[in-house]
Amino acid sequence: MYKSVNTRVQRRGATLWTIATLLAIGLTSPVSAQTTAWGKLGRTATPAEIKAWDIDVRPDFAGLPAGSGAVSKGQDVWESRCESCHGTFGESNEVFTPIIGGTTAEDIKTGHVAALRNDSQPQRSTMMKVSQLSVLWDYINRAMPWNQPKSLSTDEVYAVVAYILNMAGVVPNDFVLSDKNIAATQGRLPNRNGTTLAHGMWDVAAKPDVQGSNCMTNCATSVTISSRLPDYARNAHGDIATQNRLIGSVRGADTLRPAAKTFVSPAERKPATAGPAAAAGAKPDPVKLANQHACMACHGVANKVVGPALQDVHKKYSGQPAADVARQLAARIKAGGTGTWGNIPMPPQGHVPDADIQAIAEWIANGKF
Amino acid sequence: MPPWQHSKKDDKAAMTFNHRPGRLQKAPEFFLTREAMTLSRDDRRSFLRKAFLAAGGAAGTLALSKGAVAADGDPAILNLPAHTKGLGQPVAARPYGLPSKHEENLQRRESPGLTRVGAASVSFAPLQGFFGIITPSGLHFERHHQGWWDIDPAQHRFMINGLVKNPKVYTMDDLMRMPSISRMHFIECGANTGMEWGNVAVPTVQYTHGMLSCCEFTGVPLKWLLDDCGADFKKGKFVLAEGADGSSMTRTINMANVLDDVMVAYAMNGEMLRPENGYPLRLVVPGVQGVSWVKYLRRIEVGDMPYAAKDETIHYVDLMPDGQHRQYTSIQEVKSVITSPSGGQVLIDKGFFNITGIAWSGRGKIQKVDVSVDGGKNWKSARLETPILDKCLTRFNIDWTWNGGDAILMSRATDSTGHVQPTMTALRKVRGTKSIYHNNSIQSWLVSANGEVSNVQIG
Ligand code: HEC
Ligand code: HEC
Repeated sequence: MYKSVNTRVQRRGATLWTIATLLAIGLTSPVSAQTTAWGKLGRTATPAEIKAWDIDVRPDFAGLPAGSGAVSKGQDVWESRCESCHGTFGESNEVFTPIIGGTTAEDIKTGHVAALRNDSQPQRSTMMKVSQLSVLWDYINRAMPWNQPKSLSTDEVYAVVAYILNMAGVVPNDFVLSDKNIAATQGRLPNRNGTTLAHGMWDVAAKPDVQGSNCMTNCATSVTISSRLPDYARNAHGDIATQNRLIGSVRGADTLRPAAKTFVSPAERKPATAGPAAAAGAKPDPVKLANQHACMACHGVANKVVGPALQDVHKKYSGQPAADVARQLAARIKAGGTGTWGNIPMPPQGHVPDADIQAIAEWIANGKF
Repeated sequence: MPPWQHSKKDDKAAMTFNHRPGRLQKAPEFFLTREAMTLSRDDRRSFLRKAFLAAGGAAGTLALSKGAVAADGDPAILNLPAHTKGLGQPVAARPYGLPSKHEENLQRRESPGLTRVGAASVSFAPLQGFFGIITPSGLHFERHHQGWWDIDPAQHRFMINGLVKNPKVYTMDDLMRMPSISRMHFIECGANTGMEWGNVAVPTVQYTHGMLSCCEFTGVPLKWLLDDCGADFKKGKFVLAEGADGSSMTRTINMANVLDDVMVAYAMNGEMLRPENGYPLRLVVPGVQGVSWVKYLRRIEVGDMPYAAKDETIHYVDLMPDGQHRQYTSIQEVKSVITSPSGGQVLIDKGFFNITGIAWSGRGKIQKVDVSVDGGKNWKSARLETPILDKCLTRFNIDWTWNGGDAILMSRATDSTGHVQPTMTALRKVRGTKSIYHNNSIQSWLVSANGEVSNVQIG
């Protein structure tokens, strides 16, 4: 919304404009659109129409409707309308990126979230990133709850924003957020000073920050490969053979099998696609399953994400028989839980078929990643 | 003589694959293994037949169609197929045409584990199979934040308000009655190649670069519509674009872009926009990241400050090593990628290859693309195919002979402003590894001795 004081100016402007237009139409030279043949297409928007659609709230809070909401009421809204997707504490570990987490009282003082400078947080929460309070209000008002956007009342939006700020330690339990104090509250946002416009990707005339080299010959003495796809991820994106054309100068690699040791000439090559029969008989591929069921959104094989690295899980139980470990892990995966690796809970995975859980559990227990 | 053509002198050399670079042999033996070549004629015929049967289906016919034919000729020629001896399908059997069933491998695909719900996700375009510069409408990449809709165009309205003398509403009829322009432009998500900032994460060009498409758009320049509403171009340095879907996606656009080439488009590749791409109306912001090309466009507001929308405050902000987020990063800088041979592909034989790829820049035209096959030690300029257009994909090609050894293929584009595509190392030095967005680094593909191409990073 352009500053509300302008609505009046605009409306008056509209009248003046119409007069100006009428005058202009009589003239021949101005290359203004109003004098073109199609300038009459469309019509003036009514104030009610503008009000219905012009819902944006700017960083200076222009466009923010009057209202208020208490933290306590926000908790009710949160628990009934938001928690199912974003978690009890806004940690969102069930499905989505966390809203709360990673900010400190010190950040509130400095306006810079320190965790953005180091690797102390596995994910960047909304609270760590958000620099303008207006956007929390604007976005929740326009787009949340995700499956029922624009169903919250103005006061409910104030309340739930207050509750989010409260969960992040920005405002006290008895706080009431309103159009009167929102600008002052902006002054407590942990990452309010966390953005910069010092870059070349906004202003069309600005200069790029990283320039490549023009060198054509003898540009490097040695070439080192610093990163490649690990073998266990070979089929994490499915069978690449079925993602490439079957004619031309190349085929897709059969990633259901390990890479060939040597070059295989075309006449000797096996069909590019494994037949459906072969696929049906094959053992389920745990890597694929773990990806398909979004386990890998929270677990890395070698690195901790939200949950522990699968290699570490394997190590922890490697003293016991693999079959027992697999059985126990399967039960834990199904039930979810907390406390074994820290205090972040793993959501129950009851929606994943038992056979798939078993295959993944065996894979972890065997440790052949 | 074109590089792929047979020259008598090379016959011998062909047997050991040591032929002159750029020469490919037409002799059928060239395509056989040494084992097959030492067989007698009859044995060879039965060997081939067996190989054909074993291979079966499309892949089997491939091996033969490459020229590995029995003495009397290729069965694909000698045995007239059904389509030569029968009656084909009538017109309009498929009133809206579809690609051949043999092309079904080329589809938009999700990257497993990247996002957690399909309605706030992305599907990647299969760049590995594209030709030229135009993306087929059905294979245009998708990015939705709150699902897609097929909106009734008769009920769709477009409003302009804010710093204008006369805020107006237009129907689709109004917009489509106006004079129109048609322009070809690329659209690239700001997060394209974002998974690769820290290390290699995905196998193929579909997943490394597939949040990229290029189409011809038809619509009305936004500037004309702002003129029509009497916009205040003195104070109004920015516009807010807003969608009509549940997310009501908002993004701030610089007025400089609007005055240059932003358009309100209803058509793509000669037909109306596809629902997944914003039917019936979307913003086209040439050179700027895809999130700004607001779909289901319902409103433009002219204002005097940027709007700090969700996707320019919480997302689409680039985290720098000092902990600051670059905000309003919008321009997609000069970039290129070899689409074939590329990651996850296997070269079908040694010998001649046409290395092909695409280059683009949000700052202008592509001036030059250099290709290296030795990991960046030496570079050669590729041929640029026409048309070479502003903020549009440019196709490049260059001849190459694979002699069976390791090779690292790379491409490096330069745009009309002189901006040269940087290496991953150069980019990381300035921007670290956590910025997610705007990775325009040089892509490297390792061709191994087994013929398989894989995604690698150098340095
Ligand atoms: C049905 C699931 C669902 C419900 C219920 C829901 N959300 Fe969301 N929320 C999402 C999804 C999915 C996204 C990410 C959308 C995108 O990708 O643009 C999101 C994004 C957000 C964000 C931005 C976070 C970020 O960093 O991207 C905020 C803030 C938010 N939701 C707040 C709320 C509030 C407040 C409520 C309750 C009033 C709520 N949500 C209810 C699914 C949900
Ligand atoms: C939302 C994030 C999340 C998802 C999704 C998730 N996990 Fe976990 N997982 C965790 C966390 C957090 C823990 C640590 C729990 C604890 O400390 O007890 C964990 C723990 C585990 C453990 C160790 C259990 C133990 O007793 O030591 C296994 C095994 C595991 N997860 C497997 C899976 C599998 C398989 C899936 C997919 C079907 C999955 N996880 C999905 C977060 C997740």
